[in-house]
Amino acid sequence: MSRVLVGVKRVIDYAVKIRVKPDHSGVVTDGVKHSMNPFCEIAVEEAVKLKEKKLIKEVVAVSCGPTQVTETIRTALAMGCDRGIHVEVSGKDYEAMGPLQISKIFAALAKKEEASLIILGKQAIDDDCNQTGQMTAALLDWPQGTFASEVTIDGEKVKVVREIDGGLETIKISMPAVLTADLRLNTPRYATLPNIMKAKKKKIANMKPADLGVDMVSRVEVLRVDEPPTRLAGVKVETVDDLVAKLRANGTI
Amino acid sequence: MNNIAALFKARKGIGFVVHPSVFSGARTGIKVKSERTEALGLCVSGCRSLSSLAELPEMHQMMRQTCRDYADRELGPIAGKLDKEHLFPGQQVRELGAMGVMAVEVPEELGGAGMDYLAYSLAVEEISRGCGSTGCVVSVNNSLYIGPILKFGTQKQKEQWITPFTTGEKVGCFALSEPGNGSDAGAASTLARQEGEEWVLNGTKAWITNSWDASATVIFATTDKSLKHKGISAFLVPMPHPGLSLGKKEDKLGIRATSTANLILEDCRIPLGNMLGPRGSGFKIAMQTLDSGRIGIASQALGIAQAALDCAADYAHKRTAFGNPIGKLQAIQFKLADMAVAVESARLLTWKAAMLKDAKKPFTKEAAMAKLAASEAATFCGHQSIQVLGGMGYVTDMPAERHYRDARITEIYEGTSEIQRLVIAGQLLKEYAP
Repeated sequence: MSRVLVGVKRVIDYAVKIRVKPDHSGVVTDGVKHSMNPFCEIAVEEAVKLKEKKLIKEVVAVSCGPTQVTETIRTALAMGCDRGIHVEVSGKDYEAMGPLQISKIFAALAKKEEASLIILGKQAIDDDCNQTGQMTAALLDWPQGTFASEVTIDGEKVKVVREIDGGLETIKISMPAVLTADLRLNTPRYATLPNIMKAKKKKIANMKPADLGVDMVSRVEVLRVDEPPTRLAGVKVETVDDLVAKLRANGTI
Repeated sequence: MNNIAALFKARKGIGFVVHPSVFSGARTGIKVKSERTEALGLCVSGCRSLSSLAELPEMHQMMRQTCRDYADRELGPIAGKLDKEHLFPGQQVRELGAMGVMAVEVPEELGGAGMDYLAYSLAVEEISRGCGSTGCVVSVNNSLYIGPILKFGTQKQKEQWITPFTTGEKVGCFALSEPGNGSDAGAASTLARQEGEEWVLNGTKAWITNSWDASATVIFATTDKSLKHKGISAFLVPMPHPGLSLGKKEDKLGIRATSTANLILEDCRIPLGNMLGPRGSGFKIAMQTLDSGRIGIASQALGIAQAALDCAADYAHKRTAFGNPIGKLQAIQFKLADMAVAVESARLLTWKAAMLKDAKKPFTKEAAMAKLAASEAATFCGHQSIQVLGGMGYVTDMPAERHYRDARITEIYEGTSEIQRLVIAGQLLKEYAP
């Protein structure tokens, strides 16, 4: 029986209206409501479900960032994870943190914790990278089942139904493996009050990327962040010929 | 000992400390040796609680967030429909039961969440913010039905009458008021006489919330008329039950998703073991139950008030008049400020009452103050919210009119505002008694 690592990311809540900082270096995060990335919630739910079916033994919630991310780990614990790991990253390192650093951390943790499955959300709603799962699998040289809409464990193998552009693709991969959760995988549960109480007693281990031998240097530099251009009013045309003419004049075709 | 000096020393220590201190329980250690100890007593001993009101403990914050998420996603979208069609939120009550919200204070061994009254108050407030009726169902089940059984029931009664009511599959109700007496609870004319191994109940109870959806009731009847209010006893009656029938559902102004009706008892027979607490202690049980129930209703009122404020504040940003969002107009700003102050002050009173109860300190006065303040805040906010929305506030497209209607009952049930004032004055005068 096995151990699963679940990644949870603390992101700006989906309902919040995002504002760009006046210096265009990023978005305003101070005093803004944050919550667990919705795809990470789905990942946690899947892991907890597997544990309830007794297919895996332990679920470990992992998050990287400053102290505030422990709130997110606690929410994961309240949903049913057994323990948490907080990889402390703050300041400039946190601002520059991206999928490459996270996947290195997860790869190191997977080896340290002897995990047989890593379940992540397919992407985060703040950066929409959709890279961490894939990079982690590559670093570990593990098979990956991404955009999972259905996961079935069958002995030492995992059957994954993936949502792809053409429809649904079913693959069978061996464990250990990396899975990334897509929207229709499950409906995350609300934490029950007794579980919130129990979450208080569950352990969250604290460590730094250096402890895992991971260097946080980023090869990516954000030059500028801008709001999307305001939508301009459209122009109505009478006929299809007019439309084609306008598009030609515009340089679009 | 110079009592005035002692008072001033004490006063320096009583401050609203705004730092994120967790509920650690460190008293500020002020000893006030004066005749006024009692008057200040609750204030001084409440000191520890005052500082933690600035920021709730982490667990309570998480719990509040969970309930808020549930209310926003599951209750908000259907609240209008539940109200229009007078539908009991059965599915949602079951889901809340699974979360532990239907039995917050009940210990885990009996199937509850095992949390404290502050957590319960937060839960009811957030649920009521989504749907006032659902908040009412939660409050009645927790405070009025489970409350007295938890406090006065035998272990066997607790297992039989509490555990099945923790899951949301079954809800309970509380039958005290009668057509002939509401505030005058001591004049109960429902009678209970013993016949062999049974109690036989006769009479009518009025205005019973949850009646049509309940599977059991805590009901009060006179066992010894000569003892007046000391002759009232409490009983547990399953529903449905031979001899117990329900009157027609009342057509109410607000909280329309709950069912309110008369309970008619005609030679309703129950086993002797169904008496709750000792014989003649019914009035005491009722009064103590209502004391705690007040915190629940205060929380419900807070939720409705907050929802009204949310609606008005949101509208103030979006609606433009005279070239600007109406939020820029002082008239609207003053209204919103008044609403916010009313809600926040009532909330702090409610939290304090809940914390005092959790600390097992006397909380009657604070609970009455909380209920009074919160219910008046709710009706005020409901009224002002419609005013801010103008014509839009008067139609069912916006929730303002539903908040206005839902808020009204909070000033009436579980002790009218007039009764609350009597309770507060009574407690206050006791503190100043020579």
